[in-house]
Amino acid sequence: MSEQEKPFKHPSFYPGDAPETEHPFSLYISVWILLFVLSAFSYMVDYMQVEGYLRWFLVTVFAFLKAGLVVGVFMHMAWERMAFLYAITLPPLFLLALVGILAVDGAFVYYIRDLFMSLTPS
Amino acid sequence: MSTSQPVSFESSVPDNLKGLVADWSSDVQTFKVRWSKAMMWIFLVSDTFIFGSFLSAYMAVRLTTTVPWPNTSEVFALHVGGADIPLLLIAIMTFILISSSGTMAMAVTSGYKKQRVKTGVLILLTALGGLAFVGMQMFEWSKLIFEEGIRPWGNEFGAHQFGGFFFMITGFHGLHVSIGVIYLSIIAKRVLAGRYDRLDDYQIVEVAGLYWHFVDLVWIFIFAFFYLW
Repeated sequence: MSEQEKPFKHPSFYPGDAPETEHPFSLYISVWILLFVLSAFSYMVDYMQVEGYLRWFLVTVFAFLKAGLVVGVFMHMAWERMAFLYAITLPPLFLLALVGILAVDGAFVYYIRDLFMSLTPS
Repeated sequence: MSTSQPVSFESSVPDNLKGLVADWSSDVQTFKVRWSKAMMWIFLVSDTFIFGSFLSAYMAVRLTTTVPWPNTSEVFALHVGGADIPLLLIAIMTFILISSSGTMAMAVTSGYKKQRVKTGVLILLTALGGLAFVGMQMFEWSKLIFEEGIRPWGNEFGAHQFGGFFFMITGFHGLHVSIGVIYLSIIAKRVLAGRYDRLDDYQIVEVAGLYWHFVDLVWIFIFAFFYLW
């Protein structure tokens, strides 16, 4: 059998593949439980009617913690090389610029609308 | 390059900042992962921008409205046993989607151990979770449309823009879940048919898993910013 006729076989020694075989189910089950607990915390924020900045802060923190667990463990980013990790995770940070610009603009639109409404006799 | 030609990416370059520079410089392959995995990740980055833009637009519009935004705990409350439980259906949907992500993670691990039946069954379970999620979303949408009278152009609970953003964002996410269910069903069928045993390669399971976890990831942010904010 020549080299060409051998069945198609991928090399299994990509660095990102290696830890796969070593991950026990228990790791995923712990992360799973942790995600439930964090979701329950987010839900409790609503259920206990926490309002204002504390509500927004808690909801955001829990969301990003959950996202970190999903990307890091479930999607295996924690075991990828830095060159890949940064190429994937840094570009979405540009969304923060979009959010910042839109927040300033949104607040301004609210301000002029509010001003207009207050000048209009109702 | 012939596919049967193994290419070793084992390198002496350490995985630190020096390694980062080395991976990005010289005449070498930058990403030391399979192309399928790299491509799926790059697709997911582009999808992140789509959902990111949706959620940013939602933030921008919600900031501008002088009419109060509808109270999501009331809009999405479910009437159970004589009491309104806020966001009950959403909590259950979150639970189901996280569980399906958990089974998918286990399917990927089983795939790497090349356990055919276990991998196939776990992927099928994941797809079932997705199906349940879409079913509940249909229930949620019909309740909102037929009972609460929420429309993309208006509603009785507050700012009129609420409906438009709700249907666009959750609809686009639901579309992703639906496509994921189809995708996973195909992969499960192929796993159980022994296709990846013949190839001696279960990499595709990890790639499908990435897509599914991303669907869960998007839901985390929709849950936080749309339902809870």
